[in-house]
Amino acid sequence: MLKKLFGGLTTPRIQYIPLEGRLPEPINIPLPPQVTLILDGAADGKNAILPKIGDAVKTGQKLTLVAGGDAYAISPATGTISGVAPFRGEAGQVGTAITINTSKAEDPDDQFAAAAQEPTLDSAAGFLAGVPGCPPLKLFGDPDKPIHTIVINGADRDLLVATHQCVVQSRIDAIAHGIAVLKKITGIEAVIMVVPVNIMGGYGSIGAEVKFIAPTYPSALPHMILKDVLGKVIPAGKAAEDLGVAMINAEAVASIGRAYETGKIPFQKLLTVIKKDGGKVLVSARIGTPIKEIVKTVGETVNEMDRVILGGPMMGVSIFTLDTPVRPDTDALMIQDKAGIPFVSDYPCINCGECIRICPARIPVNMLVRFLEAGQYQEAADLYDLYSCFECGLCSYVCVSRMPIFQYIRLAKFELGRIETAEVTNV
Amino acid sequence: MFNQKKFIVSHAPFWHDESKVSIRYYNILLATLPAVLFGIIQYGMPALAVVSLSVSSAIFWELLMNRATKRPVTITDGNAALIGMLFAMLLPASSPWWLVITGTFVAIVVGKHIYGGIGANPFNPALVAIAILTLSWKGFMNFDQALLNFNFDFNMAYPLAAVKRIGSAAAASFSAGDLLLGRQSGGLGATFGLGLILGGLYLILRGFIRWEISFSFLAAIFITALVFHLTNSGRFAGPVFHLLTGNTILGAFFLATEDSSSPVNFIPMLIYGAGAGVLIMLIRNIGGHADGVVFAILLMNLANPLLDKIRPKALGKVNSHA
Repeated sequence: MLKKLFGGLTTPRIQYIPLEGRLPEPINIPLPPQVTLILDGAADGKNAILPKIGDAVKTGQKLTLVAGGDAYAISPATGTISGVAPFRGEAGQVGTAITINTSKAEDPDDQFAAAAQEPTLDSAAGFLAGVPGCPPLKLFGDPDKPIHTIVINGADRDLLVATHQCVVQSRIDAIAHGIAVLKKITGIEAVIMVVPVNIMGGYGSIGAEVKFIAPTYPSALPHMILKDVLGKVIPAGKAAEDLGVAMINAEAVASIGRAYETGKIPFQKLLTVIKKDGGKVLVSARIGTPIKEIVKTVGETVNEMDRVILGGPMMGVSIFTLDTPVRPDTDALMIQDKAGIPFVSDYPCINCGECIRICPARIPVNMLVRFLEAGQYQEAADLYDLYSCFECGLCSYVCVSRMPIFQYIRLAKFELGRIETAEVTNV
Repeated sequence: MFNQKKFIVSHAPFWHDESKVSIRYYNILLATLPAVLFGIIQYGMPALAVVSLSVSSAIFWELLMNRATKRPVTITDGNAALIGMLFAMLLPASSPWWLVITGTFVAIVVGKHIYGGIGANPFNPALVAIAILTLSWKGFMNFDQALLNFNFDFNMAYPLAAVKRIGSAAAASFSAGDLLLGRQSGGLGATFGLGLILGGLYLILRGFIRWEISFSFLAAIFITALVFHLTNSGRFAGPVFHLLTGNTILGAFFLATEDSSSPVNFIPMLIYGAGAGVLIMLIRNIGGHADGVVFAILLMNLANPLLDKIRPKALGKVNSHA
């Protein structure tokens, strides 16, 4: 837990703390007996679900819910499908969980190897959307939002996480190859890589312009990178791609580089495990590995009433079961002992102004939260800049009344989004 | 499935800087102690009785309102105790018990709970109480009358009233050192300038009050008093005198900075503090009251919602008038 410093008239700043000393070798998590993949889309009666229980799958085989469907997952292992179940993710995300019983013998599927002879956007978008790092390859084919700049984020967005900085330091060749591939398949020449200012050196021939960002949270979030590095302000409620900028994290670029170099789709996801004592361990796990395997391998004990978080302390998502699989965008696993969990309270805002001082988006949080508490989401959006929020969580972190401000903001955006969806589909 | 471990599932962020409402208000209470203890030593048992009764009755009214409104009991957060303490600091040490209990009733019930409790009060509750008592029982709130029976080895005339009556010549009988060290008549916790300044600096350094308000408040009093003094030095006392008398320092660090009734954005905080400072000097020099701190801050509390609309443009804000 970070404490506010005694003294200082200025706002306390929260720093990203880089990995110290020699880069640790990631601990390899052995192939678990079962892996679980999450596919977007519901497995309801309307969809003829293609993967059937008992089907044999090969390593690298493409799985879709319906024939020719957009959403797909690549099997990270060889084995047989043992379960297909509906999956509910964060904020009502609908998906289908496919469980595969793995076998020791790997039987590679060669569809990608055939497609990867010559790097094309089609082969990348058709096979690599689910590689470690989760590259947003869909952005490149969109005629409505032409992309002119690729920004590679070599910094970790959340505190304590070291995944992407570790990739930048240990797989710089794969990143360089990935940049070359990206340039070739997208035709975009403007590639910028941002790294934390405290990881210096060694980017000479990477093929991208290297820029540094401050080690102060939340400087590694897309909105702050665009503002600080490119001097562009993302309009409220929009994303980087609306300005023609595609944000890709370093691990995704390295995965793309590795895929075209070897002709094999990479499945090893690098994760930072943040233990109860605050210690960091890097692990390398196959996509789909249940969290319990990682907990077991790093020797951590998880007890009743502890908190298990996918992601870091500011923006992560807490999970309710250790069967939750590692997904392509799972950068960290954090385990909090029940003794160290700060609870939110139902106290009202006392108007102390701490959130105003710390908000990087200059939102009048004290007024916003009063509207959100009353459920007046549309007023909050119209009058008090709900959509300027880029969700760093600092307001909740400093709140003297311990209000769940960040949760209120996410809920408000979710509810307004539902209204919008309903209006669009009713027309 | 049913015997699996249950985890705590909640929304991000999973850390907190460990600040708390009670920590905030207990620290402000702590910062009032030098001035309050000084007042108790100076005036003896009557002052101790006023402080004790004020704090305890404020907590009692809070508990009563919690019960009456069927809301969680909030007496442990320190806010009611702080209101009682600040109210006592503004009173003459000789105040009778019924005055104190009526005052804390007005502060807690009328000043705070009617508006919905902590964080919702548009005015500083302690000041609402003082203002109503001043209008209702003038004699008990007039320091020259109320403290008639106390005799110390310094000038016991209330400095601001003396200056109002006979002009700036009266200020000469009060040395700045004496005023700073509390050798003056006034509220039982409002006269020991040095103690209040120490408490205020502690709160600013710990971030429990907003320094912008205190700073602009004091600066505005200094500048306005100086302008008045330069225009007519026979009638209006100098800026240092005004900074060290009445409730000025208590107002700057403890009254104007009350959380819910003051702005939180940078420019509004400066305007709010400066507005209160200017109003105080107008009331003191050409208004009807000896000290204007109470009414000036209440007036600026009234302007707070409007002032706080002056705020920086949010990141990526799209102009919706187009």
